[in-house]
Amino acid sequence: MNSLWPEIWAALTLRAGPNAALVCLGAAALGLVAGVVGSFLTLRKRALMSDALAHATLPGVGLAFLASLALGLPRSLPVLMLGAALSALAGLWAVQRLARTRIGQDAAIGAVLSTFYGAGVVILTLIQGLRTGQQAGLEGFLLGATAGMLRADVGVIVIGGALVLLAIWALHRPLALIAFDEGAAHVMGLNVPRFDAALMALVLGVVLLGLQVVGLILIVALLITPAATARLWTHRLGTMALLAGAIGAVAGWVGASLSAALPDLPTGPVIVLLTFAALLISIPLTKGRRA
Amino acid sequence: MSALDFLAFSAPPMLIALLAALACALPGNFLLLRRQALLGDAISHVVLPGIVLGFLLTGGASTPAMMAGAALAALAAAALIELLQRSARLDPGVAMGATFTAMFALGVLALELSGAGAVHLDVEHALYGNLESLIWFDATDWSALITPATLATLPPELFRMAATLALLAALCWLFWRPLVILTFDEGFARSLGLPVRLLSAGIVAAATLAAVAAFAAVGSILTIAMLICPPAAARLCTHRLGPQVALSLVFAAASALIGYVLGGYGPLWLGLPASVSAAGMIATTSGLILATAALWHKR
Amino acid sequence: MKAVEFQGLEVQYGDMPALRDASGSFETAAMTAIVGPNGAGKSTLLKAALGLIPSTGRVAFFGKPLAEMRARVAYVPQRASVDWDFPVRVIDVVVQGLYRELGLLGRLRLSHRRRALDCLERVGMADYASRQIGALSGGQQQRVFLARALAQNADLYLLDEPFAGVDAATESAIIAVLKSLRDQGRSVVAVHHDLATVPAYFDRVLLLNRHVQAEGPVAETFTPEALARLYGGLLPQLS
Repeated sequence: MNSLWPEIWAALTLRAGPNAALVCLGAAALGLVAGVVGSFLTLRKRALMSDALAHATLPGVGLAFLASLALGLPRSLPVLMLGAALSALAGLWAVQRLARTRIGQDAAIGAVLSTFYGAGVVILTLIQGLRTGQQAGLEGFLLGATAGMLRADVGVIVIGGALVLLAIWALHRPLALIAFDEGAAHVMGLNVPRFDAALMALVLGVVLLGLQVVGLILIVALLITPAATARLWTHRLGTMALLAGAIGAVAGWVGASLSAALPDLPTGPVIVLLTFAALLISIPLTKGRRA
Repeated sequence: MSALDFLAFSAPPMLIALLAALACALPGNFLLLRRQALLGDAISHVVLPGIVLGFLLTGGASTPAMMAGAALAALAAAALIELLQRSARLDPGVAMGATFTAMFALGVLALELSGAGAVHLDVEHALYGNLESLIWFDATDWSALITPATLATLPPELFRMAATLALLAALCWLFWRPLVILTFDEGFARSLGLPVRLLSAGIVAAATLAAVAAFAAVGSILTIAMLICPPAAARLCTHRLGPQVALSLVFAAASALIGYVLGGYGPLWLGLPASVSAAGMIATTSGLILATAALWHKR
Repeated sequence: MKAVEFQGLEVQYGDMPALRDASGSFETAAMTAIVGPNGAGKSTLLKAALGLIPSTGRVAFFGKPLAEMRARVAYVPQRASVDWDFPVRVIDVVVQGLYRELGLLGRLRLSHRRRALDCLERVGMADYASRQIGALSGGQQQRVFLARALAQNADLYLLDEPFAGVDAATESAIIAVLKSLRDQGRSVVAVHHDLATVPAYFDRVLLLNRHVQAEGPVAETFTPEALARLYGGLLPQLS
């Protein structure tokens, strides 16, 4: 293990080759954005809604690929992301419809998650069966596949992430108020459903940006675990969001470096485990703050 | 395809899917009514590291070892969720989400690092299941159905799922009354002196058992879908618990059979070259049944 | 013998003591009201005695520990915290009261069903037997839960604010049932808020403010002086 330190160090300091550096940058940017958005998401008590949203992207990815295949277009990330967004919105709509029946919100989330995911797998296996000659590589979206990430992909994450952060900055006051006291926000004339929709749109943004890095199964961890960790350290929302972003960014950076140095380590799971480790370590360290 | 081909290639996986669907839907009813539906989602994720662990320790797909590992993983997850809720005062959803993603990540990591993937188990199997590969090679003749030696070569998953379903059905039948009372009114159950904690843990344990047995055979999607969708659809159709459970089993069976047939033959009927994931199709079918129930229910 | 005897009962909610060294008893074949200011631990006393919340101290039901006497004790919570959408009918809820008799697999006979219907009849809800529980009004739901307790055929009935938020029809139906129980020689204990109705409804009263201040017949114990002491001078309106 000792002999690996130089390689890990090289990756951490972006000297392990251009591709590894790109992945590090992309993963850190994703972690930052996910931590910030996740803070608002968890305070609004919608943590697992993101799980449904993430799983619901899969059929859209597959359909977008099939559509571009039918039109004779090459595989393009923006098109796949558009498909993912549309099917995630359909999933969100389905959750909200089902949550109004007597099965309740958690069952609605679980039902939509498994159904959309199942449909996605059906489409993925259909694509595999078509033997298009073109490498679909859509399985990478399940658990992330950083190896094939291009400069353009990282560009999408950085620019998209910046837009999401900008939106959060613009909306942070109403979002915080609604999360804290929905009733008061309503009385003050805030359109609560519209701000909730905006929050979900930002979460969807994070999910789309995370498809390649950690994949749709594990992206929910980047949204909730750093936020939960930050919550242990501070009682102030602004500090919490920044800290969660920092934790996510560091986990992304270190996780991507580790997997660059040790090629067998899959990036997404490593990043997720790092954030979880941060959460576990923080519990005893912050004990005094909660007493 | 001849009838004999059906016996060898389609009947065993269909039967396994059917048994798995029934075994998951049964405890799913109680999870749903106790507002613990997402526990099914969590369980089917956390068992992965346990199954991998059992696999690595024994060096092969030994069922008892994988079951023990999965049970261990489920216990560890329960302890972690409890710790995060109690010590860190996190919301139940956050505690659950953080735990199950971390444990699933651990399972994937262990799979990738161990090279277990090269042998029998890989991430794709964990996610999709390998329903289509559970075939009965030795069924070359109809006499196979009455020859003990040939019957013994049926996929072991078939026996495992049948045993699991039988056990769960027996437990559900035996403990029906206390389960109903506990699920409806925990305070009353306690004042009757019922072992509330034990029964609650029993429901989770039953769901875990179903999930573990099903996971190895049919993958995580089908497990989650069957734990949640058929009971939810049945919930929308009736105001009585007995009929709800019965109806959920009917929906689960219908999902399994229709889904399997659609997955195996649907693409052929459309003129496409290959079949698609049966597990995925079964999950989709159960979702469509739920959607139909929700539209019909309208409230 | 007393229906319930408790000694040195202590309950802690976080840092707040809810009951401190509470000792007292409830008579058999009597209707006793538990009275006291908000936060005096009235509901807590019932829950602690029944082992529904952790507590220290000694409690005896008819001279024996609860575990041996469960079949003789029935409890009706303030407002059952159940999922009102739950798939059960009114009759199914009442049949739950027969659990100790039926056990795991005992067959539900016609006679059981009749008894359950009988209990519904006594609270005036027989016509609603096959309704889903959520389709009833709050008062009707409360009566169904009382019917479930009746089905338990207990010797001691513990009720937590049975009249809280119910309509007048339900209140008089409940009090008639409780009085008939007392007349059959059974014991009734109820947490009660409305001081004005204590003399009309109850035989005995237990004054509680974290610990038991007094217990006895209404005529002797339910005096303005005792109440002034119980409520710390802020005597609520007495009619």
